[in-house]
Amino acid sequence: MKTVLRARKILKRFPGVVAVNGVDFEVYEGEILSLVGENGAGKSTLIKILTGVLQPDSGEIEVMGEKVSFKSPLDAFSKGISVIHQELSLAENLTVVENVFLASEVTRGRRTLFSRVSMEEMNSRTKELLSTIKARFEPDTLVSKLTTAEKQMVEICKALSKKPKVIFMDEPTSALTISEVKALFEVIRDLKRRGISIVFVSHRIEEILEISDRIIVMRDGKRVATMNRKDATVDYLIKAMVGREVEFFPRVDTNPGEVILEVRNLKWRDRVKGVSFELRRGEVLGFAGLVGAGRTETMHLIFGIEEPEEGEIFIKGKKVEIRSPRDAIKLNIGLIPEDRKLQGLILTMSVKDNIVMPSLRHISNFGWILNERAEEKLAEEYVNLLKIKTPFIHQISENLSGGNQQKIVLAKWLSTNSDILIFDEPTKGIDVATKAEIHKMIRELASSGKGVIMISSELPEILNLSDRVVVMWEGRITAILDNSNRQLTQEEIMYHASGQSKKVMV
Amino acid sequence: MFRKKENSHRSFKELGPIIAFLSLAAFTAVLNPRFLTPFNLQTLGRQIAIFGILAIGETFVIMAGGGAIDLSPGSMIALTGVMAAWLMTHGVPVSVSALLILAFSIGVGVWHGFFVTRLEVPAFIVTLGTLTIARGMSAVITRGWPIIGLPSSFLKLDQGSIIGIPIPVWILVLLGLIMDFFLRKTIFGKHLRAVGGNETAARFSGVNVNRVRMITFMISGFMAGIAGLIVAARLSQGQPGVGSMYELYAIASAVIGGTSLTGGEGSVLGSIVGASIISLLWNALVMLNVSTYWHNVVIGMVIVVAVTLDVLRKRIRG
Ligand SMILES: Nc1ncnc2c1ncn2[C@@H]1O[C@H](COP(=O)(O)OP(=O)(O)OP(=O)(O)O)[C@@H](O)[C@H]1O
Ligand SMILES: [Mg+2]
Repeated sequence: MKTVLRARKILKRFPGVVAVNGVDFEVYEGEILSLVGENGAGKSTLIKILTGVLQPDSGEIEVMGEKVSFKSPLDAFSKGISVIHQELSLAENLTVVENVFLASEVTRGRRTLFSRVSMEEMNSRTKELLSTIKARFEPDTLVSKLTTAEKQMVEICKALSKKPKVIFMDEPTSALTISEVKALFEVIRDLKRRGISIVFVSHRIEEILEISDRIIVMRDGKRVATMNRKDATVDYLIKAMVGREVEFFPRVDTNPGEVILEVRNLKWRDRVKGVSFELRRGEVLGFAGLVGAGRTETMHLIFGIEEPEEGEIFIKGKKVEIRSPRDAIKLNIGLIPEDRKLQGLILTMSVKDNIVMPSLRHISNFGWILNERAEEKLAEEYVNLLKIKTPFIHQISENLSGGNQQKIVLAKWLSTNSDILIFDEPTKGIDVATKAEIHKMIRELASSGKGVIMISSELPEILNLSDRVVVMWEGRITAILDNSNRQLTQEEIMYHASGQSKKVMV
Repeated sequence: MFRKKENSHRSFKELGPIIAFLSLAAFTAVLNPRFLTPFNLQTLGRQIAIFGILAIGETFVIMAGGGAIDLSPGSMIALTGVMAAWLMTHGVPVSVSALLILAFSIGVGVWHGFFVTRLEVPAFIVTLGTLTIARGMSAVITRGWPIIGLPSSFLKLDQGSIIGIPIPVWILVLLGLIMDFFLRKTIFGKHLRAVGGNETAARFSGVNVNRVRMITFMISGFMAGIAGLIVAARLSQGQPGVGSMYELYAIASAVIGGTSLTGGEGSVLGSIVGASIISLLWNALVMLNVSTYWHNVVIGMVIVVAVTLDVLRKRIRG
């Protein structure tokens, strides 16, 4: 087997942490290699080093046996190393073509900053690239109009346009639904057939076992295990990552109490078309559906991000008007939003400042003068509870790994002690062990008498945690299914989520 | 896994500008010993007070991010001064006039805030409007001539001093302490940073974004009103032409003092130090007998250099 990329003794320190600690790494030609490990294990940092985004403190890199030193991502591109980062980085205001050829525009004649670009050429090439990965949108679509999965396809096209030997994909599936993941895997397998190596990062064990040829495990900045697909099992993999056994999906007995939240006939634009349901104390109400089914929008109406055009909301039997998140918070509602970078975190502020933000009014003196001690105490408590990996609580949130940032968002809302908690994709980008912890925590919140709503695109999560499941399709509820004995199946949910039940009924 | 490292996050950001200020002062004092005379230091202090007060207000507005900026303070100095002079020369008691002026300038802040938060007009445009309108109104009220004959009790606001330190400096110190407290020790201050850092996330956390923005404009308006009163007392008249370009010096002071133009970052002490540097430059140019024609050229260049150095410093620290 030919080695396309080889790295030796890569070391990278940040203030307070050794992110990558003397790691050797190799990618063979045409293989699908999974890079796995807990949140903060150093996967993204290693990838950034191998693709020229960061420079290592020490260590060397070889491409096709030739020693290289990447000063920038462009250097890496030119050697055939492409990357799709954990956080997508497309220019939303530009079209698909413009993004694919950003900074490598095709020009007529010699290429200078002011040469005329050849739009036809770029259009036809993009079209070609899109068709090789079976994407079904036009090159001139604005990127802001695309779904997350489609944006990812654009990133893949962008990578392919550079004729790469290796494509690194850092958690490409964390924001995708099952069918989108299937489509992505098809693309990945196709790339492999064309001799391109893929390095794939994911926290979902099933995905790793399905797609990989080889698996490298990292823990605390070190490479701790390497295995071929045929030798890997779920238990072995998890043990290598976490260093111990993990208990999944705890069974907690629930006995739903009084109705704490009732929603009647909510309507908003063409995204929410008359939604009604109730939530009881002590239950976890799962929300399943495809992307665009209107689940997130419904929750935004309840949390006051948008105002419903029609419909009523009752809390503990009393009709309420919720005009802003502030109103919702006063009514003891908390929302853990789906997009941590945009909605969940103020990246420029510290871990502590983010965690205490919604609780400030309660822990400040006279309700307006900050109490630094109380803030630190609260933040420390939740940093420990959720095992947020940060050298100190005053670390700027931007410097934390993706999964640890997600934990800050969780900490922020768990610490408010709300009666009603709405989780929108709570375990996106979270490692297996912590995911199990969070699942346990969600069940405990319900047992302690809170009402919990959980939107998730991961059906196992929905099936294992929810007492009842609301299925939405195109802005409507197509079914509310009982799952108190965990008797529901994926098929049943998918049937309703694809709107088929609706068609039968009409 | 979790170690506590207290205070390691608090680097003293204002240190660079403070050193710059002290070196420039030492340099000037060596070349012209008259720099250190009480008279000159008092003059310098009065100038710092004006720019400092404006810079604090500007810092609050800019920190809210989203391109927020207040271009009105310079013209507002003229308008509030003229209005104060008009009131006082028409028999309204000094204290009542001052209160009316401050209420009016806060009102102008509310006006800016209303356009920015409710109608979503860019702050740049709304306050640019006020820049022109306020200047124009000052001319309308005075018909182009200064209003003279202000009561001597009012003039003390600028010309008086306590233990040798001019009253405007005391005002700056007092306002500085209050505003610093607001910015660093209250929920409002934290919310302001949050809005400047990521407006959407702030809203999702329950921050009343519009109210925060509104308050910043009110503070800036109030600060312009205070500065207007002091300037009127300094000139002993209501002058329609005074204060032109002061808004730009205020913005420059804020930025030199570490305020990020993209929002979320800034400090009161920093703005005061920034204002001190710019005021000192004026003073030094006079002390060093540089021809007045060159003043603007030098100050412009210093602003660019100072801010560039600061950007480089931040980039190195990462
Ligand atoms: N710019 C930075 N400054 C300081 N520390 C950093 C920086 N980037 C990463 N780190 C730290 O380095 C460690 C490794 O982070 P990295 O992002 O590589 O983890 P990861 O394995 O990708 O985790 P996840 O699964 O959560 O994405 C973490 O402890 C993180 O806090
Ligand atoms: Mg990562």
